[in-house]
Amino acid sequence: MKAEQIAPTRGANPGEPEPVGSGSPGRPESTEGGSRRRGPLGTRARTAARLLPLVPAVLLLLVFLAGPVAWSFYGSFTNAALTGKEARNPQWVGLENYVTLFQDPVFPLALWLTVVFVVASAIIGQNFLGLGIALLMNRANRVVGSLVGLTVVAAWVLPEIVAAFVAYAYFSKDGTLNQVLSAFGMTGPNWLFSLPMLAIILANVWRGTAFSMMVYRAALNDVPIEITEAAMIDGAGGSKRLVLITIPMIKSSITTNLMLITLQTLSVFTLIWVMTAGGPGNQSTTLPVMAFQEAFRFSDIGYGTAIATVMLLIGAAFSVVYIRALRPGKG
Amino acid sequence: MSVATLAASVASPRKATAAALSNGILIVIALCFLLPLAWLILASLDPDASYRTQIPANPSFANYAAVLTPGLTFLPLWNSLLLSGGAAVATVVAAVLAAYPLSRYTMRFNKPFMYAILFGTCLPITAIMVPVYSLFVRLNLIDSMPASILFMAATSLPMAIWMTKNFMDSVPISLEEAAWVDGASAMTALRRVVVPLMRPGLGVVFIFVFIQAWGNFFVPFVLLLSPSKQPAAVSIYSFFGQYGAIAYGQLAAFSVLYSVPVILLYALVSRGMGASFTLSGAIKG
Repeated sequence: MKAEQIAPTRGANPGEPEPVGSGSPGRPESTEGGSRRRGPLGTRARTAARLLPLVPAVLLLLVFLAGPVAWSFYGSFTNAALTGKEARNPQWVGLENYVTLFQDPVFPLALWLTVVFVVASAIIGQNFLGLGIALLMNRANRVVGSLVGLTVVAAWVLPEIVAAFVAYAYFSKDGTLNQVLSAFGMTGPNWLFSLPMLAIILANVWRGTAFSMMVYRAALNDVPIEITEAAMIDGAGGSKRLVLITIPMIKSSITTNLMLITLQTLSVFTLIWVMTAGGPGNQSTTLPVMAFQEAFRFSDIGYGTAIATVMLLIGAAFSVVYIRALRPGKG
Repeated sequence: MSVATLAASVASPRKATAAALSNGILIVIALCFLLPLAWLILASLDPDASYRTQIPANPSFANYAAVLTPGLTFLPLWNSLLLSGGAAVATVVAAVLAAYPLSRYTMRFNKPFMYAILFGTCLPITAIMVPVYSLFVRLNLIDSMPASILFMAATSLPMAIWMTKNFMDSVPISLEEAAWVDGASAMTALRRVVVPLMRPGLGVVFIFVFIQAWGNFFVPFVLLLSPSKQPAAVSIYSFFGQYGAIAYGQLAAFSVLYSVPVILLYALVSRGMGASFTLSGAIKG
């Protein structure tokens, strides 16, 4: 926003001193540099000089981000293995990994469990709980509000491995949850074995709600109070105000939040790995866990890579939807 | 309590009931969120801890004393510091340099680049650790600390560039123009004028990246193999004995020690973080 305001003034004022290229710290001893000439060559040189500071970031992104992504596509067409001959000289096997993948009975299950995990823990759990807490905080006592904010954020700030151990202890057979239930005279199930999906979904809600809460707190702070007050004077009740005024006004934040938490939840690995390791059987094997197991437990890197590639494509599809929804002018 | 009564006396009775109800619900939610953490704190103080939550019979700092050795705690924490500090420094330097032309010049190149960056922030990178592992094996970078640092920096770079550009956009350009008139080059102006002005914003970006890297388990778990290089996130597995005997008390004490730095850092920037959450919602390139 600000850049666009600045840009026209800069463009309209050709007399202003141009910053000379980043590579030349002193005054230009310009025998060869065409940075002051106005010809097409000069413009090009100037643009190049201006782009120079981007080089470290672009290199880093190309080597360590675009590289693995491209490698993921390539590797999924090979029979790379963890050890042995195929580890050193993987062969090109074409679509074999994908054929195996679509015939693998575990794959549709893993895909389904991933969808269940994302929808239940992120889209329903974190999103609605986060919005609810943010709304309640606006009405509640300030001290209570900030205390609640702290406790919710605590679960989110913890390192993921610690959060995973805590969740494991909480849901285990004689863990805290069942101790609390027995205090109320109920016998809780062995969560991690009989209801593994429910346990990891609840754990992920516990871990991730803070993010949605913070996004919605920031968004609600930006809703002008005059509008809500005007609606109140016109006789709109609390729930009506929420549905007709508040929700439409924070719509772009809702879109942002939904997409970000979807993508974050899609790549959750540690929590599930520590709590259930995908088990019992494959009852909590989501796609990241399946990719990891195929690659490292069954030492089939090529196959694991194919699963990772599928995840990458799902993520990319979500990203495109997200970016289109947030195009300038719409949000 | 006094605040509540004061608020109640000022507000209408209906509003007071709503506030009381909101307070009540929020306190219940807070208790639900706190409950799992009770085990962590209690077990860390209990020499006879199990994964049951219990009030320690003989509370002591024995667990802490037991884990505070070079091999168990100091080396892993030092590795964590190297890994996350290195990643955060690399990210912030690259992000500031990249954000400068993006923020200050209008170029045809800006928009597609920012869209690519936005796309990069979305990719589920941790989900593709398997291909990353095989790529690193090919390039002979497995078990290399610098390579892991750069990989972590690259994965957080898109978000960092996005945040840094937003922070930089709010630094007025007139100050730099004065510097240019005085004969400073663009890079001098960036270093002497822009960076000092956006120090709080850069602090937020730095700590944001640091906290993420500090807590990351999957990346070092896959990329770093030798115990002497593993950060705290991975070395925590040393509390799982070979025959399934888990030293719960020590595990909890170590977890607390490992978590404290990021909690403190978070407390330091929580205000600035709030600002970055609004920024991440405002997509105006």
